[in-house]
Amino acid sequence: MRKKEMIAMLLAGGQGSRLGVLTAKVAKPAVAFGGKYRIIDFPLSNCINSGIDTVGVLTQYQPLRLNTHIGIGIPWDLDRNIGGVTILPPYEKSANSEWYTGTANAIYQNLDYMETFNPDYVLILSGDHIYKMDYEVMLDYHKENKADVTIAAMPVPKEEASRFGIVVTDDGGKITEFQEKPPEPKSNLASMGIYIFSWPALREALVALKDEPGCDFGKHIIPYCHEKGERLFAYEYNGYWKDVGTLGSYWEANMELIDIIPEFNLYEEFWKIYTNSGILPPQYISGQSVIERSIIGNGSEVYGHVHNCIIGSGVTIEEGAVIRDSIIMKDVRIGKGCVIDKSIVAESCKIGNNVTLGIGSDVPNKQKPAIYSFGLVTIGENSVIPNDVQIGKNTAISGVTTKEDYPDGVLESGETLIKAGEVA
Amino acid sequence: MRAVGLILAGGNSNKMRELTHRRAVAAMPVAGSYRAIDFALSNMSNSHVQKVAVLTQYNARSLNEHLNSSKWWDFGRKQGGLYVFTPTITMDNGYWYRGTADAIYQNLDFLRRCHEPYVVLTSGDAVYKLDYNKVLEYHIAKKADITVVCRELADDENPSRFGTIKMNDTMRIEEFEEKPMVTNATTISTGIYIIRRRLLIDLVEHCAEEERHDFVTDILIRYKNLKKIYGYKIKDYWSNISTVDAYYKTNMDFLKPEVREYFFKKHPEIYSKVSDLPPAKYNPGATVKNSLVASGCIINGTVENSVIFKKVFVGNNCVIKNSIILNDVYLGDNTYIENCIVESRDTIRANTRHVGENGVKVVVEKNERYAL
Repeated sequence: MRKKEMIAMLLAGGQGSRLGVLTAKVAKPAVAFGGKYRIIDFPLSNCINSGIDTVGVLTQYQPLRLNTHIGIGIPWDLDRNIGGVTILPPYEKSANSEWYTGTANAIYQNLDYMETFNPDYVLILSGDHIYKMDYEVMLDYHKENKADVTIAAMPVPKEEASRFGIVVTDDGGKITEFQEKPPEPKSNLASMGIYIFSWPALREALVALKDEPGCDFGKHIIPYCHEKGERLFAYEYNGYWKDVGTLGSYWEANMELIDIIPEFNLYEEFWKIYTNSGILPPQYISGQSVIERSIIGNGSEVYGHVHNCIIGSGVTIEEGAVIRDSIIMKDVRIGKGCVIDKSIVAESCKIGNNVTLGIGSDVPNKQKPAIYSFGLVTIGENSVIPNDVQIGKNTAISGVTTKEDYPDGVLESGETLIKAGEVA
Repeated sequence: MRAVGLILAGGNSNKMRELTHRRAVAAMPVAGSYRAIDFALSNMSNSHVQKVAVLTQYNARSLNEHLNSSKWWDFGRKQGGLYVFTPTITMDNGYWYRGTADAIYQNLDFLRRCHEPYVVLTSGDAVYKLDYNKVLEYHIAKKADITVVCRELADDENPSRFGTIKMNDTMRIEEFEEKPMVTNATTISTGIYIIRRRLLIDLVEHCAEEERHDFVTDILIRYKNLKKIYGYKIKDYWSNISTVDAYYKTNMDFLKPEVREYFFKKHPEIYSKVSDLPPAKYNPGATVKNSLVASGCIINGTVENSVIFKKVFVGNNCVIKNSIILNDVYLGDNTYIENCIVESRDTIRANTRHVGENGVKVVVEKNERYAL
């Protein structure tokens, strides 16, 4: 009989629509982070570092990049004879075929996968947070409390607590009450979307609520378990944890890595973060270039000026280009004489010569002011920007653009330019 | 591919001075992110050689560590794969490898059990890209017994560390001298050979009977009039790293755009073991000019015309010029390094000065490192 004490189920099917053009073609967990990583590397590395060698990755939205990245799990040592990493897409059934309609519904549709390992515990993770966490310590806590469900929770400032799912506990950490985005929170412990379930409790709840439309852990499963009188505990976590759900928080979390000793330190010896990085060669920094306060990935070639940036692998920055406070992802080419301020340029973009990004005033985006804000210029992957154009703040660009798309060579602040029928 | 690969990686070289106290030449780090043997191994993999044996002997720990998994070069497979052979004491042999031919002789069982008709024989200490299939096609077209891959000697190279060759119009090798002091030959052997497997077994067995052990002097040179030995000329980049000066120059060659283009960008790729290091980081005070910087480095000082290998820490106000800093070196504040090769895992204390006055200086300090 196959047996694993704990297996992990990693929810990676979400679009992350608040990342705008960055997630037009890729699922949020596959978005690049910190120069050479992708967001999913953090939970996957946490799994293997915590001794969990069986991980099911549930995919749905735009899975190609994610599938390619994970492969058979070699970078995380998750290529195993028994267990390892398995991609779990929605599949057709003899009756009642459906997409994954909610987080718990997705897990329910993979009951068979979990049963093959006869787990005692199942760890539920989401693929869109940046953190380092030892799930084994959380499991010990779960066992100590003889809990049915343990929810990882972290203290947040009182004034922000109403944005989160809040757990209220007694002195022993036992959860007495839940509040979903409460106007007047009774505690400041926010759920991080990381759960350990004892397998019988999870199985029972999933089957009981299988007909719940859009069945969700936070909204349905946890309240169900609570009402049934099961033992729910909060596991308090006090380390670095970052939700990179918006362009602003994504940009900020990247920039924090530049600090001399960042709060989230990738250079520590233990608890390494693993990734599938195809590009090996060292980076070349030319005689004319100036680099300051930046992180630069493998195989990049820098001939211009880089200040306060996160540069991915295989990027070319040509002579005279000046880049400040920006995130440049893998395989981007930036032409001569460009001036780029506070921008996010996604993978494989080509920016022509003498292009200026991030000029003008901070006008809100006309189409999606909630997404394209923070004064950022956001350029989706594989985009092309022609020579000599100027682009304002709070703008979004995607697709192959030509001179004709820029009246007088300018894209004003707050505009959106989406080509090739893409939906932003 | 109808050949098995044999990579001779057992060698030491006194001309590498302190650098091979720690490791075999084939395990020398090259070009920031690689080790010398990656080039031969990647060529094997890219030429679709399915089965490769690496023969190691001298100071092989570092090399074995690098080869602990074969999957980085795509050799993790059921059919064929990567074999690492070190000398072992057996019923009828109690010797180390006494030479290149002896190394092959001691692993003759491996060759006997193969079914591929040809053998690609190469050293592990050269930096190059080569499709061995092209050499094999040539070998078959010429009906050669042995094909030696060779190239023209560059003007600034000394022939005395190479095997020199003279060929006739049909490219058949007529003269072969091993490491001559003076010669008017301008073609050198790269130490890459193609030979029929059965013939190699016969030749090596004969050698062993006569108590001869070297592939070049006892096989190539002795048999050159008896067997048809042809030269296959290459024009692309090829560099052997087995002296301190050649090692330094080879690394510095990667500061040239055309060399980077050839090795880093053009198909096929060179593979290496992945080391899971974060990207390089440039803190305030960092000034880097015309240099290569590998992953995991943290730079706080000045670096010019240098190659900085993986996980190097450069302290505040450091100045590094025309130097090679190998893996995992910690350079304390205000260090001045010029024209040096700093050995890997070394810790250079603050305010140290090292300058290679007459040529390249190899720096080995062996200081304790205090955990940060």
